[in-house]
Amino acid sequence: MGMTMTQKILAKHSGRNRVKSGQLIMAEVDMVLGNDITTPVAVKEFNKLGLNEVFDKNKIAIVPDHFCPNKDIKSAEQVKLIREFSKKLEIVNFFEVGQMGIEHALLPEKGLVVAGDVVIGADSHTCTYGALGAFSTGVGSTDMACGMATGKAWFKIPEAIKFELVGKTGKWVSGKDVILHIIGMIGVDGALYKSMEFTGPGLAELSIDDRFTIANMAIEAGAKNGIFEVDEKTIEYIKGHSDKDYEIFTADDDAEYCETYIIDLAAIKPTVSFPHLPDNTRTEGEFGDIKIDQVVIGSCTNGRMQDMRDAAEIFKGRKVHPDVRCLIFPATQKIWRQAMNEGLFDIFIEAGVAISTPTCGPCLGGHMGVLAKDERAVATTNRNFVGRMGHPESEVYLASPHVAAASAVTGKISTPNDLQEVAK
Amino acid sequence: MIAKGKAIKYGNNVDTDVIIPARYLTSSDPAELAAHCMEDIDADFINKVEKGDIIIAAKNFGCGSSREHAPMAIKASGISCVVAKTFARIFYRNSINIGLPILECEELCDESDEGDSIEVDFEKGEIRNITKGKIFKTQPFPEFMQEIIENDGLVGYIRNNMK
Ligand code: SF4
Repeated sequence: MGMTMTQKILAKHSGRNRVKSGQLIMAEVDMVLGNDITTPVAVKEFNKLGLNEVFDKNKIAIVPDHFCPNKDIKSAEQVKLIREFSKKLEIVNFFEVGQMGIEHALLPEKGLVVAGDVVIGADSHTCTYGALGAFSTGVGSTDMACGMATGKAWFKIPEAIKFELVGKTGKWVSGKDVILHIIGMIGVDGALYKSMEFTGPGLAELSIDDRFTIANMAIEAGAKNGIFEVDEKTIEYIKGHSDKDYEIFTADDDAEYCETYIIDLAAIKPTVSFPHLPDNTRTEGEFGDIKIDQVVIGSCTNGRMQDMRDAAEIFKGRKVHPDVRCLIFPATQKIWRQAMNEGLFDIFIEAGVAISTPTCGPCLGGHMGVLAKDERAVATTNRNFVGRMGHPESEVYLASPHVAAASAVTGKISTPNDLQEVAK
Repeated sequence: MIAKGKAIKYGNNVDTDVIIPARYLTSSDPAELAAHCMEDIDADFINKVEKGDIIIAAKNFGCGSSREHAPMAIKASGISCVVAKTFARIFYRNSINIGLPILECEELCDESDEGDSIEVDFEKGEIRNITKGKIFKTQPFPEFMQEIIENDGLVGYIRNNMK
């Protein structure tokens, strides 16, 4: 029996010719990541090991992005702790405010992750880098501490579900709709402990930004990782961002999959996840009349260049509804500058949108757009759990940038197709 | 090792945002986190939990973020063990890594009620519902994880292996 992409990467990193699902292994990691919430706990654990150096100061990335720029004294103290730790241990990839972006947009952009890598991150959306053909997965702070110390992590070799993409997405349908559609179909535990492997001729239709969005939300189906087959677009992206050596792993023809789904991209409609779970999806035509108070466009799911352009396409010549606050968060400084240079900020500001420096902020109800009781938000983020964006009795609806922007204009959950009725 | 206490019951997909909401993550002090444990789905949790109590939940317990604060909050609240039908994988590894015992047992979850008296025997891989007079079998930990638990978590395991 052959191996899947994930299994091949893990075999290589554990010095084996082959592995099989269920096997427990210790693997070498190429990058260990943490943020301002998880790293302080990791530092505490790391210090218990009594070491004064990390396994490789080039292979650790620490990104203060969640409560940054610091929202209060406590968060400032947490960042101070990890800043001092990074200085003391000479961590090369510590990204200060002004350099930082949301971690999962930042690492690929900085060229810190390439195809064939094994990456662990003390953040559940570390699975994002599967878009580039890497094995990357979220772990906890203790794993991060031990990873920083040893350069290793333990894994159970996962089974895999294969998603064979065919066809071409329709107008107003992007990577976000694809992944919401899949999660709606298999459920929030539909891929529990498993890898989601994306392949098929439909891949060619998806931009790298679409793939980041899809891989990002693999965790929302319970998956250990999501991974895309490497193609020319991936290689072009990697070469444009990194000097690191990459390695392409392809699944064997007789690789074992516990399930295979054929996903016809052409059949996917604009999709929204209703509260309070990402698998509670409805598609265009089923939304009903849902008035909203806030729209958030950004996050590690949809804060990239394509997302900025998608939002601008809708906002151009239109205004945010008077009952709605709309916030846009470009995910990194580089994206910020490019969006500005392309003139997108003029469009946003003209429409009445507030633009923020990169931060996780509202995505986790941290700061910069927290919801009050009974308020509703449409967000391009990845979680709509109870209380995720603020008050436990507020609601979050997950959507693509196109749908989020259209909703901001109409004041209720809408797609761009509904805008024809709204005067420009 | 034996855990014993009353059952506190929850349903499917209890996520880390309700186990410990992000608004409290400016702290990593276990006692402070425990004071807000489960607040958003069960405001009464911190009043009713007693040392040794056992959380019994359904599918996909601990889904969502990778915050280790979630098992830390549960452990510091006095919970001795979590039994669920299935666990989200990051929550699972975090619990093992910090030494909060967690077990999967579908039947126990179906056949127990809030307040039942539960006893878990980790060595035998046995869970007893004393109130209902029933015994359930569960999977023992794989050897590798047992080693981690015996070393009081992953940090202890690595420290001993570094020597
Ligand atoms: S943007 Fe949201 S989901 Fe992404 S890393 Fe930040 S808090 Fe997590």
